[in-house]
Amino acid sequence: MSNEWPLWEIFIRGQHGMAHRHVGSLHAPDADMAIKNARDVYTRRNEGVSIWVVEAARITASSPSDKGPMYDPARSKVYRHPTFFDIPDDVEPM
Amino acid sequence: MYAQMIQSEKTDEDPRALAEFQARIDRGEKIEPKDWMPEGYRRTLIRQIGQHAHSEIVGQLPEGNWITRAPTLERKAILLAKVQDEAGHGLYLYCAAETLGISRDALTEKLLDGSMKYSSIFNYPTLTWADMGAVGWLVDGAAIMNQVPLQRTSFGPYSRAMIRICKEESFHQRQGYDIMMKMANGTPEQRRMAQNALDRFWYPSLMMFGPSDAESVHSAQNMAWKIKINTNDELRQKFVDQTVPQAEYLGLTIPDPDLKWNAETGHYDFSEPDWTEFFDVLKGDGPCNAERMEARRKAWDEGAWVREGLLAHARKKRAAKTAAE
Amino acid sequence: MDPAFEFLCRMGDNTLVLGHRVSEWCGHSPVLEEDIALANTALDLIGQTQLWLGLAAEVEGAGRDADALAMTRDAWDFRNVLLVELPNGDFGRTMMRQCLFDAWHDLVLAELRDSTDDRIAAIADKTSREVAYHLERSRDTVIGLGDGTEESHARMQAALDRLYPYVGELFETDAVDAALAEAGIAPDPGNLRDAYDARITGIMAEATLTIPDSRFAHKGGRDGVRHTEHLGHLLTEMQWLQRAYPGATW
Ligand SMILES: [Fe+2]
Ligand SMILES: [Fe+2]
Ligand SMILES: [Fe+2]
Repeated sequence: MSNEWPLWEIFIRGQHGMAHRHVGSLHAPDADMAIKNARDVYTRRNEGVSIWVVEAARITASSPSDKGPMYDPARSKVYRHPTFFDIPDDVEPM
Repeated sequence: MYAQMIQSEKTDEDPRALAEFQARIDRGEKIEPKDWMPEGYRRTLIRQIGQHAHSEIVGQLPEGNWITRAPTLERKAILLAKVQDEAGHGLYLYCAAETLGISRDALTEKLLDGSMKYSSIFNYPTLTWADMGAVGWLVDGAAIMNQVPLQRTSFGPYSRAMIRICKEESFHQRQGYDIMMKMANGTPEQRRMAQNALDRFWYPSLMMFGPSDAESVHSAQNMAWKIKINTNDELRQKFVDQTVPQAEYLGLTIPDPDLKWNAETGHYDFSEPDWTEFFDVLKGDGPCNAERMEARRKAWDEGAWVREGLLAHARKKRAAKTAAE
Repeated sequence: MDPAFEFLCRMGDNTLVLGHRVSEWCGHSPVLEEDIALANTALDLIGQTQLWLGLAAEVEGAGRDADALAMTRDAWDFRNVLLVELPNGDFGRTMMRQCLFDAWHDLVLAELRDSTDDRIAAIADKTSREVAYHLERSRDTVIGLGDGTEESHARMQAALDRLYPYVGELFETDAVDAALAEAGIAPDPGNLRDAYDARITGIMAEATLTIPDSRFAHKGGRDGVRHTEHLGHLLTEMQWLQRAYPGATW
């Protein structure tokens, strides 16, 4: 088993009522630490923001539109880490 | 630059697919991780983004060298925040590289075993407080030259990382120049320190852009793929043109007797750095290569038990939670 | 000696010296996320130092400022507890020290928010939010590493054993404290011990670590009578530029 901390996708909602937005990723041993790390890395601990973290491996992303390429990369990591996408509705706010 | 001498990787896919891919880039579309991409594009990007990330992390060391010696509480806070930003830049870039199917740990191993490089500039020592000024002013200044156009790079995650980085970079160069102004207008000793820092960092800063690549096939391929936006010479010239008046404003002398304004070209003429020295530094024979790598290796090796310990705890917690459900 | 000045130096020197120690990790941490988090903690502590020592200088009224207090006093004039001047050791020891300090810091600031001195109450109010987060983080790390692997557990137990004799000094009470408690400016440190013990006992239990039986306490930092040998070296580094180039502005 790899000893690398899992990758988490970070979503932040600022103070202005906009929806949670994907801001980037980071590594953390678990969800709690991912939230703390997100505060330190992506908000410099601004208060009054809401943070969602989702383990990147749990995300299902749509396929690229063109079926043309039979060249779809088989590397699973690539699928597991779409860096930008709309906020999934079923993500629990945390 | 933070990513120097990036050779483009060969690619031998179906020419039709390659042409389609090129057309997407030419239309200004962003390539996203799940999209089809030539193997060469992917591998070149891993090398470039990885090297860029390594540079940010190794780049913490020369400035980190002065955090505990900063002369005032405010300077200490500013410098610490700046070096912390560089750690953040490394983090964003490693994440961008990870979308290409390589883990941060794997990239780190490649840095530590010497198979991946980082920018030559961070192998120079920081000897006085004025070096904190010179590094911010010149080194971050040179980096910004490259990073601003890279915001338009074709690979989505890289482009987004660069946008975030550029936003944060804006204060780096200014805090460096601010230190230089204080020093240049300070006591005679401070002036001497400021001039000395400029003397030592001028040519290494010019080297950051890499040797001329106007003729390079790698450069041509990387520019077609939009993972390189300008030639090294273009950026170097732009840097010199921008920096010379700033040095004049400080009353400092750029250590190049042949530096002069060329009215015909509308640019400054300047002397090339010593490229032998550059290749020595890249090969590992810079003044601080050994120290930099030792520091990174030590952090990695001595941190292993921490990374493993926290992960083990997280797994136990999850197991206990599952058992309870 | 003005008790208020003395007290403010104790607060400010704690944050100054600990902030310095934590900042030593920048660029050398076990993982990037921790590097960034530790830098945030150090930044908070440096900012808090500016507030505490700034007020100390104001109270002193001798024309010094926070920087002069930080950069030109010698070791015997420093009023930080010994705990914070100890070298970092490994990452585990650094986080253990942080947790032992944060648990106290958080309690003191909660009391200081009700200080009869508005300026002190205002600083406590502002900094207590930062410190609550420091504690959350250091606590989690101590628990995670204590309960992690065999190696991390052993290292954390060693860290606790090494540092615990420096905890007692946080609760020492002297004439300065008595005068401030009397005036309602600051709590009597001794009164915080029970709440502290309850916290630390809970944290260490979760971390599967054993708190040493002995209540022996090294002291001499908060009254400046006898610092460790380490403080002089720390100051040598921290004060170097101001000492080498007196009168220059930076
Ligand atoms: Fe950077
Ligand atoms: Fe920078
Ligand atoms: Fe940089």
